[in-house]
Amino acid sequence: MSVKILASLIPLLPFLGFIINGLGFRTIGKSLAATIGVSASVLSFGLSVWLFAAMTGSGVTTQEIHLFNWITTENTNISFSFLIDHLTLLFLLVVTGVGSLIHLYSAGYMHDDEGFGKFFSFLNLFLAAMLLLVMGNNFLVMFIGWEGVGLCSYLLIGFWNKNTAYNNAARKAFVMNRIGDLGFLLGIFLIYITFHSIDYNTVFSQALAGSPGEGVMVAITLLLFVGAIGKSAQVPLYTWLPDAMAGPTPVSALIHAATMVTAGIYMVIRANVLFSLAPFTLEFIGIVGLVTALLGASIGLLQNDIKKVLAYSTVSQLGYMFLALGVGAFTSSYFHVMTHAFFKALLFLGAGSVIHGMSGEQDIRFMGGLKSKMPITFITFLIATIAIAGIPPFSGFFSKDEILAQVFVHSPVMWGLAVVGSLMTSFYMFRLLFLTFFGTFRGTHQQAHHLHESPLSMTLPLLVLAVLSAAGGLINFPQLFGGGQWLAHFLAPVLGGEAHVAHLDHSTEWMLMGISTVGALASMGVAYSLYISKKQVPASDAVEKGMLSRLVYNKYYVDEIYDTLIVKPLSSLGSLISEFIDTYLVDGIVQLAGGLTIWVGRQMRYLQAGNTGFYVFSMVLGILIILTFNLLF
Amino acid sequence: MNALYLTLIPIIGAFVIYMAGSKNAKYLALFFSLAILGFGLSTLLSFNPEGGLQGVWSMPWLPKAGLYLAFGIDGISILPILLATLITPFIVITTFDKKLYREELFYALIILAQGLMIGSFTALDSFLFYFFFEASLVPVIFISAIWGGANRIKATLKFFIYTVFGSLFMLFALIFLYGETPGAHSGLIADFHKLELSSTVQAVLFACFFIAFAIKTPVFPFHTWQPDAYTEAPATGTMLMSGIMLKMGLYGFIRFLLPITPLAVSEYGHIAIILAVTGIIYGSLAAVRQGHAKRLLAYSSFAHVGLIAAGILVFSKDGLSGSLFHMFSHGINVVGLFFVVEIIASRTGTFELDKLGGITSQARWLSITFVVLMLGSVALPLTNGFVGEFLLLFGLYQYNPLIGFFAGTTIILGAVYMLRLFQKTMLGNAGSHVKNFADLSATEKWVLIPLAILVVTLGVYPEPLMKLTEPAVKQLIETHYLGR
Repeated sequence: MSVKILASLIPLLPFLGFIINGLGFRTIGKSLAATIGVSASVLSFGLSVWLFAAMTGSGVTTQEIHLFNWITTENTNISFSFLIDHLTLLFLLVVTGVGSLIHLYSAGYMHDDEGFGKFFSFLNLFLAAMLLLVMGNNFLVMFIGWEGVGLCSYLLIGFWNKNTAYNNAARKAFVMNRIGDLGFLLGIFLIYITFHSIDYNTVFSQALAGSPGEGVMVAITLLLFVGAIGKSAQVPLYTWLPDAMAGPTPVSALIHAATMVTAGIYMVIRANVLFSLAPFTLEFIGIVGLVTALLGASIGLLQNDIKKVLAYSTVSQLGYMFLALGVGAFTSSYFHVMTHAFFKALLFLGAGSVIHGMSGEQDIRFMGGLKSKMPITFITFLIATIAIAGIPPFSGFFSKDEILAQVFVHSPVMWGLAVVGSLMTSFYMFRLLFLTFFGTFRGTHQQAHHLHESPLSMTLPLLVLAVLSAAGGLINFPQLFGGGQWLAHFLAPVLGGEAHVAHLDHSTEWMLMGISTVGALASMGVAYSLYISKKQVPASDAVEKGMLSRLVYNKYYVDEIYDTLIVKPLSSLGSLISEFIDTYLVDGIVQLAGGLTIWVGRQMRYLQAGNTGFYVFSMVLGILIILTFNLLF
Repeated sequence: MNALYLTLIPIIGAFVIYMAGSKNAKYLALFFSLAILGFGLSTLLSFNPEGGLQGVWSMPWLPKAGLYLAFGIDGISILPILLATLITPFIVITTFDKKLYREELFYALIILAQGLMIGSFTALDSFLFYFFFEASLVPVIFISAIWGGANRIKATLKFFIYTVFGSLFMLFALIFLYGETPGAHSGLIADFHKLELSSTVQAVLFACFFIAFAIKTPVFPFHTWQPDAYTEAPATGTMLMSGIMLKMGLYGFIRFLLPITPLAVSEYGHIAIILAVTGIIYGSLAAVRQGHAKRLLAYSSFAHVGLIAAGILVFSKDGLSGSLFHMFSHGINVVGLFFVVEIIASRTGTFELDKLGGITSQARWLSITFVVLMLGSVALPLTNGFVGEFLLLFGLYQYNPLIGFFAGTTIILGAVYMLRLFQKTMLGNAGSHVKNFADLSATEKWVLIPLAILVVTLGVYPEPLMKLTEPAVKQLIETHYLGR
């Protein structure tokens, strides 16, 4: 079969899975639905592996696949086409690979849910949308996937749609994403106007050949970045992501790890040529990333909901990825996308396993001592925690270290702040680990009775992800340890814009590495002494907190601020329009005109009321007026 | 000849339905609407996009005065005509589950309205256009006034007076233009296009045409008849008005305003565009706060047509292609959505969002089709709504980035009110009026499933429809566009 068909099948298979499970919901049995859903994803992964092998084997770096013309006018021609290059291949593997594990896990996790088939249908659609996003050969096909994952997140966050709070979270996710999407769309318009095309190849080669001026490039990249802010949950549009945990836990794993939030990173790496021509935007991205990294990490310090801690951790880790993009380290950013996909999927799935074992409990204050009851979940969660905390030798250490080194070259101050963030990361993750798995059980008797390790369909993905989280660093093993930096070489053809990858001398690199490792270990030590030695448990919500911790615990009241400053005023304006302005002002003028007509009509009525006296009177009056005129003029 | 058939068959059909009595009225109506659809499709198949005006039929009307009964189809009118032929069978089927008062009259009026509206799209003579433009009001008014809601008379009267008031300005403009034609005078629209008018004259004509079509469409601030009229009319009336009738206003902008007063468009077009874009935001914000499902959709439709009108007035290839395509999509989506809301209200007895909720667990097919139509309405890529909105917004952005931005807020606000509508009706716990909600009946499926399929098909592969309009749009711009 031709490459064209096989490559098209990669997004098409999950899409078919969506259609079949969607239309056949409730008529297709659960096991068949799971088989369809999982195999669609696994087959798509298999095809991605095949494509990867075929392309790297034959030395082909890019392949364009034209499918059909999509939107065409006299002026505009946008095709529905794919572009497969090294960046796409890497994303394909991570998306379908981690995606498949999440699918498999869901078969166990969602088994007792009445919406089982529907769930698989939506999961497949999510995958299809993400695949389309990374496979498009132009910005508008990316935009299809971009909005598609937004739709899927809406469907899945609000999956349990009887709960109004969940529905609101789903709506919030969609709307906040759309704010970003408007920026992205305007960016696409400006790209089209500037380059008369939105195909990657044309746009990038033209941009490299003769930059149309930094002003335009800054405008384009800032608009695109607005889209990334929404999709990848950066300040100020990050508040939807923590709320997104309303969905079933595998959905969180999918959103936070394999799909959706990494879309923003993908977009910047994809358009690295444009971003590199706009240093101002890069600087801005770096600052936004850093602020997000610190903000997310600090909120994570005090949260007590296992999923909420992980959600803010994602916000923070995404911040690091954008920080890397901001300093021009596109490879490092992708490296972290990948390792993060492994360990964050693992953490969420592990959290799901915990919640599953705890009969739905999510509050870590009511957990504790789970390590003996759920050994596989514990070991894998531990590996993921070490990985995300940046402690060697697991994957997160390498990817985060690479980012920090690149940031140091760019600005030691930013490096310092970034290290502070990574200390917080280590603290909140070990706090989570210790409170959940160590100490004594603090839940109810009933929960203790039910407590069990999860079934194989759930633990198997955990084990696979644990291996990946542990060993994922090898893919870009630093030269310092004699590594070949395979990833950097592999991505080089895509990174036309990565001009200034810094090389540190070895002593500095050792020093930076030492500082961040020692720091992470120290944070772990603090968490150990607080939650294991001193056996502290975070106070219940009823206890009065200090000002600062109340501020952090309530997420700096950002949601409340948005509500007061944006949502409420707009909503009031809506009420004002529909209840007052439209009825009394705009329509008032119309009514006045109508009323005036009626009034005049009423006055005129006397003219033909059949009153002979009035007729004679007006006749005489008329004659008098005419005569007077005649006499005067 | 096709242009004549498309206009005449429904008018004859309406007469036949009325005469045949109420017993078989609905089936006769379906028969005629399908027959017209057949004619529409055959017209489509034989239509040559590069061929200019086709299917022409003409007969002297008042030959000495240069007036003709002339019908024809070109790349501008083909999509509105197709829409009218395609959507009417669905509108007819939406009523099949109902027992109505005086069915022969009801169905005759639907088909009559269709014929008169198609007439306005096929008319080549301006006074003939004017006749259809006005005459099509009559059946719609009667449908609203006889089968409508509690405040139907007041709302209908307002609608009637308001639109007729607007048309007077158009009539004045047409008579003036007629007087300007050389020789023995002519009322043909094509002859009006050839006139070279001074900028002052164009300004006056621009104002006249704008008021007439802005009321019909409606464009802010001439819209206040619309929420009441849409809400009080029976679903059928609302579908006719929003699905087909308002396209007469948008069509008028393209057919009369742009080519006859291009100087004025380049000079004063921005005012009209700003009004239309204001309407997008204004209508969206109003929709966000509506508690009445039908009224919410009315404001949403008002916001959407504001975008189409703005895109037309930009007078660019993207804007015009986008507007013609979006008129078609909007017709499909709005008819589907009004039907969804009608289904909900007929089962629960209320349009009030506060009393609804939780329907989705009881009605799967309604949920699926509602979601698809909603996605079309919020312009998700790969739905029909996206294609049009993308081109319209692109056109507006090229005109002025700031205006493009303000118009673009529709993709945010549209999501806000549509998701709210969906959540309040379908999600959450069952509302006070939701008990034993039955899923779509067979006839309801016959409407909503094909419409949902159209939403997706046209979104994935819009090219065939785009190709129909492309040469005509190009020709219109190359002949009449004067720059800014």
